[in-house]
Amino acid sequence: MDTKKIKMPYGISEDAITEVEREVPLNEPDAWPVNEKLKHVGKRVKRLDAYAKVTGEARYTSDIQLSGMLIGKMLISAHPNAKIRSIDTSAAEKLPGVYAVHVIKNEEEEAYPVVRYAGQPIAAAAAVTEAVAEEAVRLIKVDYDTRPFVVDIEKAMDPEAPVVYEAPVEQKASEGGEEIESGLKLTGNVRGPNEGRPRGELTSGFAEADIVVENTYRTQVQTHNALESHGMIVDWKPDGVTIYASTQGTQGVRNEFADLFDLPRSKVRVLVEFMGGGFGAKHGLGTHGAAAGHLAKKTGRPVKMMATRKEEQISQGNRPNSIHHLKVGVKKSGELTAIEQKSYGTAGVGLGAGVGGVAQSMYTCPNFKTAQYDVFTHAGPGAAWRAPGAVQGIFGLEQMMDELAEKIGIDPLAFRDKVDPSRVRKAGRKVGAERMDWSRRKPTGSDPGIIKKGIGMAQSSWWRIHSINATAEVKIFKDGAIEVRSGVQDIGTGTKTILAQVVAEEFGLEPEDIMVRIGDTLFPDAPGSGGSQVTASITPAARNAAYQAKLKLFNMVASNLETDVSDLKAADGYIFSSKDETKKMTFKEALKSMPVSQITATESRTKEYDGDYLHWDLGAVQFVELSVDTETGFIKIDKVVAAHSCGRPINITQLESQINGGIIQGISYAIYEDRILDRNTGHMVNHTLDTYKVPYAMDIPEIDIALMEDYNAKSSTDAYGIGEPSNIATAAAIANAVYNAIGVRIKEIPITPAKVLEALNKA
Amino acid sequence: MKDDKKIIKKGVSRRGFLKGAGLTTAGTIVLQTGVLAKTKENSVQSKTVGPGPVNVEMNVNGKTRSLTIEPRSTLAQALRDEIQLTGTKMVCDRGACSACTVWVDDIPVNACMTFAMDVGDRKVVTIEGLAENGKLHPIQEAFIDHDATQCGYCTPGMIMSTAHLLKENPNPTLEDVKHATRGNYCRCGTYPHVFKATLAAAKKIK
Repeated sequence: MDTKKIKMPYGISEDAITEVEREVPLNEPDAWPVNEKLKHVGKRVKRLDAYAKVTGEARYTSDIQLSGMLIGKMLISAHPNAKIRSIDTSAAEKLPGVYAVHVIKNEEEEAYPVVRYAGQPIAAAAAVTEAVAEEAVRLIKVDYDTRPFVVDIEKAMDPEAPVVYEAPVEQKASEGGEEIESGLKLTGNVRGPNEGRPRGELTSGFAEADIVVENTYRTQVQTHNALESHGMIVDWKPDGVTIYASTQGTQGVRNEFADLFDLPRSKVRVLVEFMGGGFGAKHGLGTHGAAAGHLAKKTGRPVKMMATRKEEQISQGNRPNSIHHLKVGVKKSGELTAIEQKSYGTAGVGLGAGVGGVAQSMYTCPNFKTAQYDVFTHAGPGAAWRAPGAVQGIFGLEQMMDELAEKIGIDPLAFRDKVDPSRVRKAGRKVGAERMDWSRRKPTGSDPGIIKKGIGMAQSSWWRIHSINATAEVKIFKDGAIEVRSGVQDIGTGTKTILAQVVAEEFGLEPEDIMVRIGDTLFPDAPGSGGSQVTASITPAARNAAYQAKLKLFNMVASNLETDVSDLKAADGYIFSSKDETKKMTFKEALKSMPVSQITATESRTKEYDGDYLHWDLGAVQFVELSVDTETGFIKIDKVVAAHSCGRPINITQLESQINGGIIQGISYAIYEDRILDRNTGHMVNHTLDTYKVPYAMDIPEIDIALMEDYNAKSSTDAYGIGEPSNIATAAAIANAVYNAIGVRIKEIPITPAKVLEALNKA
Repeated sequence: MKDDKKIIKKGVSRRGFLKGAGLTTAGTIVLQTGVLAKTKENSVQSKTVGPGPVNVEMNVNGKTRSLTIEPRSTLAQALRDEIQLTGTKMVCDRGACSACTVWVDDIPVNACMTFAMDVGDRKVVTIEGLAENGKLHPIQEAFIDHDATQCGYCTPGMIMSTAHLLKENPNPTLEDVKHATRGNYCRCGTYPHVFKATLAAAKKIK
């Protein structure tokens, strides 16, 4: 590959920005300067599709109605553990208005799958209306051979517990999901351990410590609870299948559908223009997409299958819980000497219930060992949920760090200064502490009165994930229209808008001039929205494509301007010679003079310029101020300050929106939500929105965001995501603030009023 | 209110429950139940209809629309399925999220908790009818300016709640805005920008 050497900005805005030289592919553009010197990138550009959203014009999958479309409904299991003896669909099939019934079977042996949780999809019916489909589902008779079950993680770990799987199980992780180690041992319901990458030696490490602290932290299962449920419309025509999907990844749906129905990928088109919330759970075809496919194939009519709210809560994904043991040794001087970690978590019938790599990687400590176990229970499968593993892991780790700091008698921020090698978090601690006015923080438990105020903080890390499987096409039309196309999707994060900003910046035009067409597998492939990888992956591809299209245009107009191509620049709506600025024409005039009707260029993301792949340094520091009512146990979050890095920020307002969301979900996780399964029936008891507690407007605190520019010179945009980083530290910061307020540490979330009162009574 | 009591005595049938709770949305008018339960001439109260579809007329966004609906249809179903006004979103289908907020005679109601047939000759305004002659309502503009949308699924309900607030109270405080949107569920966490947008729109209207 031909390369060139370029100078790129490097460093953190809150610290110092210098330059670094990188060898980059010759066909990629020179580096942008820092955001301050750019026109659209790093600015508060309005969301391009906001108009459609505020007028009700935006059409989501659930809104789409096709001619002749049938509505599909799912029959779900009434029992948590059962073998199905028989299924009688005759009455359902005879019901007027019913077009087809599909019974889910194991692919190979054509047998009914074992029922392993209450709410597991069993069969589906397609009918003219939703009401008829619901009636059809009620008419399906299932003969269950019911068996004992276990839904409680600790009971499931008992060797005598009913087993979920008879033989070892392998599953693949969803995009951006917790990595699943293959080939691990299964004993009863316990699979593992996943031992990560141990280092050093624990015995000598703990021997060196002045203080050793050991604790167990517990987190609950939370459901994704997106407003639009999982679902798809499958329109199966002889020449190809069109799928409208509420998905976080067009490509994943296409690939899984094509594989399942043995179709070439070219015959499957997946579309998602607007998507009503995902948070990690909406990757792949899913139960409803597959059923819609079977029903559409059988009936020859488009079939829409959206999960009900109940199904959404039970079978469409959740964040696994955790029982997280940490033993950490520290010297009085503030050096960590050893970290020993052991965890159990249940993703129900699924895998991926680890506590991530935060304890392993965030702090300098020579001796580390982990053993992370998955525990199977008769409950719906977990799925990726905004920073899988890390959220559970940080809840324990950051409380432990606070406790260690207190034991050796230093401020939590000063302690982290000693053990945290991250420059960006150091800058974040500084700016965050100023904005929260950390000096106001009182000694723990010293606030007098009934309502006690507390201030706490916690920090986090996330990977710089990117995919080289990310391609964009840029088209310039003779009439002045510009279009950028990619299969990537905008799940509410603002991908459409940042693509327009990047392309506009390259052409010297306005973001509104750029038509962004995404969410369609007819366009070049791009990764799913998982792992916070979309911005990092698709913005360099779009910039590279725009750059190549621009060079083609320059080649066409250079002679008109009597200049060398290499002297041409595009800015402020003009194309001009950098040597003689009188030699210029408007961008529109240049396009008009093209001898062809359009120029197209298609480019991809290339690997990180410095050869790195996954770097663990998207740092965040969050501070929380709250009030605890010691008579009622109620916690009110008063203020959150969040200092974040995501490489080069592209759209400040949209980033703030996402960080607000991460924090609010973190608050919800810390003090409100909890999936509750009835241990006597195996059913979820709080599957409705009025019983599954989440924060609403009255519970929202003031949120102050410090967004740091963090230049790393890794791609042509040097931009990364914020979705997951924003969600990791909040719950731990809240727990630390609660401790600061009341002087009792609560190591289990959600920190409900009952838990606060119980802790105060014990103290 | 007498009517309501009768219905509640019968137990919590969906119909009774819907009638009692149909207007408990968005926090603005939480205690004003039973508005739709009052007899109006055009509402089908005395004669038996259904279970098959019936024809009704409904004033939606200033136009009279003819609908063929089953008597059990909620207003949300009628709007979405019959006249393709899909801006009104269905999320919880039990009055817990306010994504389906529309105005009936200028009162915000949960369309999922309101029978379409009970609307009678009252005027329904949905998110699609908020802009006048192609000019966005100041709240809609402010939602764009302050990025008060993420996935956008809660947005129509949020806007119908906040636009109603500004009608009732042109000088809202932050607490007033929180109160007005306290029934609107948003999982993306757009709340801070919704508050900002609403306060900014109030200033602009002045």
